[in-house]
Amino acid sequence: MNAHSGIEMASGAPTGERLVVIGNGMAGCRAVEEILARDPARYAVTIFGAEPRVNYNRIMLSPVLAGEKSFDDIVINTAEWYTANGIELIAGDPVIHVDRQHQQVVARSGRVESYDRLLIATGSDPFVIPVPGKDLPGVVTFRDLDDVDKMLAAAERGGSAVVIGGGLLGLEAAHGLTLRGMQVTVIHLMPTLMERQLDEAAGWLLKSELERRGQMILTGADTEAILERDGHVSGVRLKDGREIAADLVVMAVGIRPNTTLAKAAGLECERGIMVDDHMVTSDPAVFAVGECVQHQGQCYGLVAPLWEMCRALADHATDAPTGYTGSVTSTKLKVSGIEVFSAGDFSDAEGTEDIVMRDAARGVYKRVVVKDDKLIGAVLYGDTADGTWYFDLLKKGEDVSDIRDALIFGQAYASGGAPADPNAAVAALSDDAEICGCNGVSKGKVVAAIMAGACSLDAVRSTCKASASCGSCTGQVESLLSVALGADYGGARTVKTVCKCTSFGHDDVRREIVAQAMKSIPEVMQKLHWSTPDGCASCRPALNYYLLCALPGEYEDDQKSRFVNERMHANIQKDGTYSVVPRMWGGLTNPRELRAIADVVEKYDAPMIKVTGGQRLDIFGIKKEDLPAVWADLNAAGMVSGHAYGKSLRTVKTCVGSEWCRFGTQDSTGLGVKIEQMTWGSWMPHKFKIAVSGCPRNCAESTIKDFGVICVDSGYELHVGGNGGIKVRVTDLLGKVATEEEALEYCAAFIQLYREQAHYLERTAPWIERVGLGHVTDQLFAEPDTVRRLALRFRYSQQFMQDDPWAKRAAGADSELHQHLAEVRPLELAQ
Amino acid sequence: MIGEWLDIGPVTQIAPGNARTLPVRGGEELAVFHTLDNRFYALVNRCPHKGGPLSQGIVHGGVVTCPLHNWNISLKTGEALGDDEGCVPTIPLRVDAGRIYLLREAVVRGIAA
Ligand code: SRM
Ligand SMILES: Cc1cc2nc3c(=O)[nH]c(=O)nc-3n(C[C@H](O)[C@H](O)[C@H](O)COP(=O)(O)OP(=O)(O)OC[C@H]3O[C@@H](n4cnc5c(N)ncnc54)[C@H](O)[C@@H]3O)c2cc1C
Ligand code: SF4
Ligand code: FES
Repeated sequence: MNAHSGIEMASGAPTGERLVVIGNGMAGCRAVEEILARDPARYAVTIFGAEPRVNYNRIMLSPVLAGEKSFDDIVINTAEWYTANGIELIAGDPVIHVDRQHQQVVARSGRVESYDRLLIATGSDPFVIPVPGKDLPGVVTFRDLDDVDKMLAAAERGGSAVVIGGGLLGLEAAHGLTLRGMQVTVIHLMPTLMERQLDEAAGWLLKSELERRGQMILTGADTEAILERDGHVSGVRLKDGREIAADLVVMAVGIRPNTTLAKAAGLECERGIMVDDHMVTSDPAVFAVGECVQHQGQCYGLVAPLWEMCRALADHATDAPTGYTGSVTSTKLKVSGIEVFSAGDFSDAEGTEDIVMRDAARGVYKRVVVKDDKLIGAVLYGDTADGTWYFDLLKKGEDVSDIRDALIFGQAYASGGAPADPNAAVAALSDDAEICGCNGVSKGKVVAAIMAGACSLDAVRSTCKASASCGSCTGQVESLLSVALGADYGGARTVKTVCKCTSFGHDDVRREIVAQAMKSIPEVMQKLHWSTPDGCASCRPALNYYLLCALPGEYEDDQKSRFVNERMHANIQKDGTYSVVPRMWGGLTNPRELRAIADVVEKYDAPMIKVTGGQRLDIFGIKKEDLPAVWADLNAAGMVSGHAYGKSLRTVKTCVGSEWCRFGTQDSTGLGVKIEQMTWGSWMPHKFKIAVSGCPRNCAESTIKDFGVICVDSGYELHVGGNGGIKVRVTDLLGKVATEEEALEYCAAFIQLYREQAHYLERTAPWIERVGLGHVTDQLFAEPDTVRRLALRFRYSQQFMQDDPWAKRAAGADSELHQHLAEVRPLELAQ
Repeated sequence: MIGEWLDIGPVTQIAPGNARTLPVRGGEELAVFHTLDNRFYALVNRCPHKGGPLSQGIVHGGVVTCPLHNWNISLKTGEALGDDEGCVPTIPLRVDAGRIYLLREAVVRGIAA
């Protein structure tokens, strides 16, 4: 018997104890039902309800708003139920005071009821963000039938609605209002919809689908004020200044357990009313259930846990205590036509394993998280058929090791002999079973192709097109290969994949990004069936570059997918400080620049300054907080970033050339400066270095650069693919041109070819070693004007690349990357 | 209860996939992470390998890749993953009503007495 509950009595003896329930909602009434089911005679029950109506299924308010159900459909306990069970319902008269001393409750009407046992089931209140205009007419929450009626009335009048909050509640409100003919905008603080239940991948799918349905979804949007026109709401203003017109504003940003009465009555409360495993509060005569309680630090916002609480409560209230041990919850979004399911934890890092399956053709994303052979979380989008099965495995904590490989394909596939071996599973499929959804290729066709001699994945891809598009069936095709060929199968294909997150190689990915006109990293991961939810430190930067290269001016650079040096626009050093290398065009400088650099070194007492191997100066030991100020000073002297940190153009090394040198044949310095001005700021697969030497003595080391020019009397020799680094490689001669203009044109064309075709993190030297110089020249000289067209594409993308990243930061952009959150001072702590 | 927890401000200060730093006077700098599936973690901002600033690494899943030599560190346990060995202290963190709280005693633990 539980410690708190003092009152002892011969069990079951009808004592007519008076049980007063505060809250005529889902938990309150269910608790009473559970008690009646155990011992109908035990209590004389009185229920107070603030709402002027019988108990109904609150979760069904969404379908009511959407017009899919009527109020009568969602009533749980009819008036007859109350009378039949001798329950006195006092609806529309909220309790305003609890007097524990005399064990009485007082209602707003002045009515007083005394109790032997009191049950508090007051649920939650919608949280209203404290912004100007929050109390305007036309601003509503979404909690009870009255709210729904208000929304319906507004929808009658038509116009536009703004829903603040892109969680479960907000999206269901937005859906209903859309169906009711309103133009709906959803404003969500976080970058991902339903971020508490979904991850980046599923959130992206949900967002694109809602947008397809005509809703406007603004993520990462912070509400500043609700606007008014003649006494009524007229719109919403965001912190970034944007204004969205609205005739109706729905606040659905969250809920707060309703503890007002309990607090006033001196019951122990934190976020919710504190209860033990038997739903008993700090006062043995007072129970509490539902969203208003806090059990073992947890507050719940879903019904499933309430049912479990109510059982424990009833068991205890009828002297057969069992105890509530907390709940694992799962979420489903009630928006017709969109299937979203989420359960458990999917962020646990240590020792967990993500199993991901994506089917772009069907818009499906499935992710299950396994730890120690147990399922600990699941996120499903597009196909939630197996949600309940996963949730069941999760709650039971069942060992899934022997269905591990089949797990992601769902129950039908995994259970029933659970073919742990995917080969066996594929072998078991009928001949007309579809293997490749994209190209509609059946198992029979694939096997036929294999028998006809296609004995590698690539061969299958090219002959019968299976797995040639999205690649999601790659695994199955490989299984078929090994089933069909047995020992003869050479094993999984040899193409080097981008990383362990995908079965695609760099070329496949680059091709598909262009072919399918993809626009964001989550989109690529979905359409190309990434096997991880959000990629890794290898593929994110690669995809970011490929998109940047494919969509100049259109693609928004994804900072968080860049290596630290490129995110901070400086080179990180072993001690966590940064080095700063301002650009010195062609290695030229002047007193103004040198003075500015000297001043920076003193002002920020940089411990070292060095002449680099790239003909410029490197200032060391700058703290990340100081970088923007340093850059501002350097900008002021006309200097811009040298990109010494980037997979981008590094330096254009020059020699003095014909201007001074007695051997100089052309103005190598001048050409070097022109080339650097044309090429600086361009992002590349890897870093790119250029040099221009004034004569074959080659003082600028042009023949170990990615692009090198050697001036001769008759013009300019162009050299490519040199590298002076880890593996030294001398350049190949690309050709010879007569004028500077041509030299610049070929330089631009070669760079663009490299940008469009090389693999991420592949310098020009290994790239040419891999594809062969022949390939490069074929590509460059395929048609008379390919050089011109490549150069044009390069110059076009340069328009967007050539604004100095330092100037932007100096002007305050991305300041959060440089500033600390705050500083913790021991003084503040000692209080 | 809140007294034991140090309020370091709204969750919106840290975009998903990013981290921000929190120097502790007389103690070690902390890094607070926001993962792409919207979980928050706090670690001492010092890689167990050679002290790299983890706050500057790329965040993927529940892992951060150190900017200096690419060790992968679990945000949840602070342990180096894969073949690498080492561990960095974690700071208990909770998010409540859109604000981030760190456990005070853990935050001050680093301070030289
Ligand atoms: C500063 C500098 C050394 C110096 O004091 O001279 C330097 C410093 C670094 N080099 Fe270098 N390299 C520097 C010139 C060179 C040169 C010589 C040149 O450019 O004329 C080479 C050989 C030529 C070449 O690249 O083909 C060179 C070949 C490398 C390599 C090997 C590249 C390769 O393809 O094999 C790396 C490693 C890498 O890039 O992956 C590297 C990487 C680095 C990094 C970025 C290591 C890192 O990731 O932190 C160093 C950054 C230090 C810093 O914080 O600035 N550095 N590095 C030079 C800066 C040049 C500039 O002004 O931008
Ligand atoms: C639109 C919507 C959709 C939802 N969808 C889902 C879903 O899909 N799945 C899911 O699991 N959950 C869903 N929920 C959450 C679910 O409805 C709640 O978890 C559940 O209703 C909580 O039950 P409760 O009894 O604790 O609170 P309630 O059901 O809110 O009942 C509390 C009652 O107490 C009354 N009350 C408050 N103070 C007093 C007082 N002083 N005197 C008298 N009466 C008082 C209130 O008026 C209310 O009627 C949804 C909620 C909403 C609003
Ligand atoms: S040679 Fe090695 S140590 Fe020297 S700067 Fe280059 S990378 Fe650093
Ligand atoms: S310091 Fe972090 S990996 Fe070396």
